[in-house]
Amino acid sequence: MVSNSTDKILLSADGVPLKKSLNRSLRQQKIRALLLISPLLIFIIVAFIMPIISMLSRSVENDLVSQTLPETVQALQSWDALSGQLPEEAVYAAFAIDIKNAAKAKVHTKVGLRLNYEKSGIASLFKKTARKAKKWDIETDGPFKEKLIDVHDGWSSIEVWQTIKTHSPAYTSGYFLNAVDMRKTVQGAEFQPDDKTILIKLFKRTFVMSLVITFSCILLGYPVAWLLANLPMRQANFLMILVLLPFWTSLLVRTSAWKVMLQQQGVINDVLVQLSLVADDARLIMINNETGTIVAMTHILLPFMILPMYSVMQTIPPSYLRAAKSLGATNWTAFWRVYFPQSVPGIGAGSILVFILAIGYYITPEIVGGTKGVFISNRIAYHILKSLNWGLAAALGTILLVAVLVLYWTYDKIVGIDNVKLGG
Amino acid sequence: MNFTKTILTTASAALISGAAFAGSHMSMEMTIVSWGGAYSNSQLKAYHEPYSANTGVTILNDDSSSTAVAQLRAMNEAKNITWDVVDVEAAPAMQLCDEGLAMEIDPDTMLAPAPDGTPASEDFGDMLVSECFIPQIVYSTTFGYRTDLVGDTAPSSVCDVFNTAAYPGKRSLFSVPINTMEWALLCDGVAKADIYDTLETEAGQDRALAKLDTIKDDVIWVSSGSDTPQLLADGEVIMGATYNGRLFSLIEEQKQPVAMIWDGQVMDLDGWIIPAGLSAERQARALDYIMFATDTQRLADQAKYISYGPARASSAPLVGKHADLGIDMAPHMPTAPENLSRAFLMNYDFWADYRDDLDAKFQAWLAK
Repeated sequence: MVSNSTDKILLSADGVPLKKSLNRSLRQQKIRALLLISPLLIFIIVAFIMPIISMLSRSVENDLVSQTLPETVQALQSWDALSGQLPEEAVYAAFAIDIKNAAKAKVHTKVGLRLNYEKSGIASLFKKTARKAKKWDIETDGPFKEKLIDVHDGWSSIEVWQTIKTHSPAYTSGYFLNAVDMRKTVQGAEFQPDDKTILIKLFKRTFVMSLVITFSCILLGYPVAWLLANLPMRQANFLMILVLLPFWTSLLVRTSAWKVMLQQQGVINDVLVQLSLVADDARLIMINNETGTIVAMTHILLPFMILPMYSVMQTIPPSYLRAAKSLGATNWTAFWRVYFPQSVPGIGAGSILVFILAIGYYITPEIVGGTKGVFISNRIAYHILKSLNWGLAAALGTILLVAVLVLYWTYDKIVGIDNVKLGG
Repeated sequence: MNFTKTILTTASAALISGAAFAGSHMSMEMTIVSWGGAYSNSQLKAYHEPYSANTGVTILNDDSSSTAVAQLRAMNEAKNITWDVVDVEAAPAMQLCDEGLAMEIDPDTMLAPAPDGTPASEDFGDMLVSECFIPQIVYSTTFGYRTDLVGDTAPSSVCDVFNTAAYPGKRSLFSVPINTMEWALLCDGVAKADIYDTLETEAGQDRALAKLDTIKDDVIWVSSGSDTPQLLADGEVIMGATYNGRLFSLIEEQKQPVAMIWDGQVMDLDGWIIPAGLSAERQARALDYIMFATDTQRLADQAKYISYGPARASSAPLVGKHADLGIDMAPHMPTAPENLSRAFLMNYDFWADYRDDLDAKFQAWLAK
């Protein structure tokens, strides 16, 4: 029994203030809940969040240069990169020590490759120098300036030293600048030459095409979801099986099937030519361009749009439509003003799902996109697998992640996440 | 007390001898990484099956060679190498060797000598481009064309690819600057010996892209070796670039109306590396496999299934007929004398330096 006193504090049965014991029991509930989900939480953190953070942090890490060439980085600090003159002998001597140690430990090519991303030619420069430097005796073989320039005349180029100095800090903004078609130079951030700017264009293309795909999924998916929600049970079940059937087929197989359909000598063009709708030498080009990507990706992402819409539509009572019509609305008005607003949460859920999936897609644009229909993810894959520029790939991935989060936040402000329902 | 002591000593003696026995043992399972398709099939028939039959080892095949360097780097960082033997081209092998990710091989002790006693280092000769690389085959990237779609005169030169007037229709090229830019310069009039010097300059690179611009609308850009054979078979392109072994498979095994243009072929080496950091048993097994799989007869055997030239000099005379089709394989090798007109050897040093830069330029040009 709560003891009522003329004091303002309420006490519970054992004499402790009610507020305190309430807080204690709430805390215990929370701890219990946390303990129950902790295995899953730990799993997600260890297997998912930590690796992603570790990968994304490569976008700013640059300790390769300062770890492999510590003396050189130190010595370069006193050199003025904009002076127009080569560094002093002390820098060359420091570099000789570093490259000899690096050659012994076989880490010279990695740093050469890393600097080669900024200036072509540095990879082979480091390789050739290391081969000779392995045999040098640091005490007796100096002075090293002429010796290094003798080995390779790249060492008499100011740009090489400027590149090393610009990219020696342990943390760098260089990768993020590269990700937006700029680059870090001694004078600060500059735009890349025009013939190498491709990433911003790809970002724009990815977002625009994902929007197009989302809209075409909405247009094509809405009637299907309507049918699923409004047909009698048996027919609806059969239709549902048809909608889910593609999930049983591998993604690659579906994409390759589109190749067969959309090719110039493919099924669709053959049929059109037979029906005389298209001349034989003017066949439609529907693949290896944006059309191919949009068509194939709409097909693949359609179930992700249909299912959320269907589950929301199922909860809309049919009596509303009937009521609207009985009050004199035309079919269209009844649909547009009564039914459609209630199905918007489903459209919202489906759109978010499809858009986020579409932005990150890699395989389908690679196979059917040609060169006009590839996404930014293809570039990220190239940098991870071929050029091994993991810093740039991480920077591009981070930008993509941040962009999606920003879009999600905007969507929340405009439509409201609480308005997104997955049914019920 | 006595009894317990006896039990303990016997048990520990058994364990120690067991461990020593295991240490000198080779592992009975290995993972071999290769490229998939007809090429992996030829390795399966010529190497894996005889080796498994002889030794009882289970060989797991992984078709990840196209991403080998990235994966080996990642495995090295995670300190967990799951591959035992990896098939890579010469350039990635050199890169892996320089970074310490591949084991150094001494040809004379780890590779089998030729039957007449020539040590392996002489038998392979110049093919040993790196200390970690065990060459296997010479393959080349070259063009095939549809014999029924090119009109009356068959194309015979690589520059016919750039001749859309005489040969109208679509072509297919790899969507990378490697080989593509060299062919463009060769067909723009640059002498073969000057091509790489020209490509180092901005003007040279622009010249190559300008030449490619003349056919850009007629090109389908592909990213894998299996795309062009499919496009040729479908009739989507009249000429296309791919690896010569794939074209052989298309022409001879699948009997498609396709023929090859050997002029201007770019030859490259493909071979094995053993990742560094394997345990003693796995390394012993990998070395044992390599000793078997790269001996003279084995390399000649692989040529029975695919038209890639064996890297050993002593294997060349042993190259016989195709295992299923019975046709003579020698004229289909990239190294056959009649196929060597204007043949290039891949310039590893140039592309190691300029690949990233030129790829950025090339992709930007492609996206225009």
